[in-house]
Amino acid sequence: MILHLVIKNYRYIGIMAISGSVLLLVTSILILIRVMKTGIISTVVGGWDAPFGISIVIDPLSALFLLVSAIIVTAISVYSLKFPEGKIYLPKFYFFFYTLILGVNGAFITGDIFNLYVWFEVMLLSSFVLITLGFSKEQLKGGIKYMALNLIGSLFFLAGIGLFYGKTGTLNMAHLGEILMRDDQSILVNSSAMLFFLAFGIKAAVFPLYFWLPASYHTPDITVTSLFAGILTKVGIYAMIRFFTLFFVQDPLFWNEQLFLIAGFTMVMGGMAASAQYETRKILSYHIISQIGYMVMGLAIFTPLGIAGGIFFTLHNMVAKTNTFLVSGLISRMQGTYELKQVGGLFKKSPVLAVLFMIPALALAGIPPLSGFFAKVILIKAGFENGNYVITIIAILTGLLTLYSMIKIWNEAFLKQQPEEAVKREKYTLRFADLFPSVLLAAVTVMMGVFASDVFDITMKAAEYLMNPQIYIESVMGK
Amino acid sequence: MELLLAILVGILYTAGVYMLLRRSIVKFIIGIIFLSNATNLLVFLSAGLTAGSPAFLTGKETDISGYADPLPQALVLTAVVIGLGIVVYLLAVKYRFFSETGSDDLDQLKPTENE
Repeated sequence: MILHLVIKNYRYIGIMAISGSVLLLVTSILILIRVMKTGIISTVVGGWDAPFGISIVIDPLSALFLLVSAIIVTAISVYSLKFPEGKIYLPKFYFFFYTLILGVNGAFITGDIFNLYVWFEVMLLSSFVLITLGFSKEQLKGGIKYMALNLIGSLFFLAGIGLFYGKTGTLNMAHLGEILMRDDQSILVNSSAMLFFLAFGIKAAVFPLYFWLPASYHTPDITVTSLFAGILTKVGIYAMIRFFTLFFVQDPLFWNEQLFLIAGFTMVMGGMAASAQYETRKILSYHIISQIGYMVMGLAIFTPLGIAGGIFFTLHNMVAKTNTFLVSGLISRMQGTYELKQVGGLFKKSPVLAVLFMIPALALAGIPPLSGFFAKVILIKAGFENGNYVITIIAILTGLLTLYSMIKIWNEAFLKQQPEEAVKREKYTLRFADLFPSVLLAAVTVMMGVFASDVFDITMKAAEYLMNPQIYIESVMGK
Repeated sequence: MELLLAILVGILYTAGVYMLLRRSIVKFIIGIIFLSNATNLLVFLSAGLTAGSPAFLTGKETDISGYADPLPQALVLTAVVIGLGIVVYLLAVKYRFFSETGSDDLDQLKPTENE
């Protein structure tokens, strides 16, 4: 069932893409229900038993990520029907779109570090193609920067795997967890851990490694950017959570300090850079970075509550972030530009769009009763309970920066009069295919806020599984 | 032999990083090739070298001392194929870059970040 989910989907092209993503969505919901009922699902492919074969493991964390990325995939497959550069790119786009999803889902469910590397590469190669699709000058330039950093990241990853295999003699995550629990040579393990951290850090765009993101994310078509913003960086976060709860646990003092430092800097730098920008896609790109900081903070607190908060925040952020990008794409479809100084008056022209922007923007800024508020409350509570006052205060202050940027987009795009010298354009009416994805994602954001306690229960369960790696290890190795 | 290969890995990493730091895209691609080969060698060395002995394949061998570990070999094979794909794609992008801009230099264009 699971393999069917990841492998079969990319064959659909055009309209069929939507049915493909709906199928993916349904399957992910089924998987989540089953995981919540029966615990971890694991299987081994290739006819060798664990730890020699490649295991596929779905625990609540993987299931949650699968579900949320499936929601985003559904939204974007509808949104991309209106791919502006004409129909020529559409089949190509869908092909690489679904290979990308194949890589992402593979990364979420694998239980083997080399297999994870392979899925990362699948994902990277298709994202390279997507980011340069259309081959404009800007895209080529942004694309090369993106490729350079990500290739270096994956080489770090591979080197880390090599050294790690040399030390432990296994590649299976559960087996690694088992071996490292009995092992206390933390210095040796730390060198590999640092290589993995660099690799995932580059993917996730954390503080010293984020420069590729704002340099490339605003260059491709907005559909591609929304997809990357919603899913790609979060795969890095997922891998980080998985690695640092399952087997790099020998030296928590060292790593938690590091992670706090990085989380704090990531939040502040991203937030400040965002407030200096006047182009919607750039503001939002810097925002991605700022919010990655919160996710790392959840991991750094390293209590069940902190990790649950981090997961909740990641899930909320995937949905809300994609949605803000989609809406900024709609703004530019209506007014022909992403520059905030040249747009305006949208509130009168399209109140629906204004509402659609307001929901994810307020959710990102953390205004109750939307999802972001609860995510932040959990994180902040976990921070105070654990005595990490500095990072928690930074998190609260960064929330203000987020609010400021969102209000800036709101004022410039929706409230103020459209400037005289603005590009005159024939009137563009928003159709169903434009609005449906945003409506879907906004609905998910609101639902996550209204049913916050249920979502929190699920993330808490995921966090408990993560904090007790024994369950994970037994369910894989027991077979 | 291991020592020699380790030194080779070091040299390849150095050369790769040096090439990456140049502005030209072709040199960047060569740098990536160096780095990926260095990493492949590193993975290959991770299980130690066993010269002239076959890998255990059936899984039923009882005495493993005469056999080589097959896993790093499988890993390197996969990594080499992936590296090849990446280099081919990079070259294609480089070709498009050159025909669009007539230049090999990344800094010839306006920066994308803050125009």
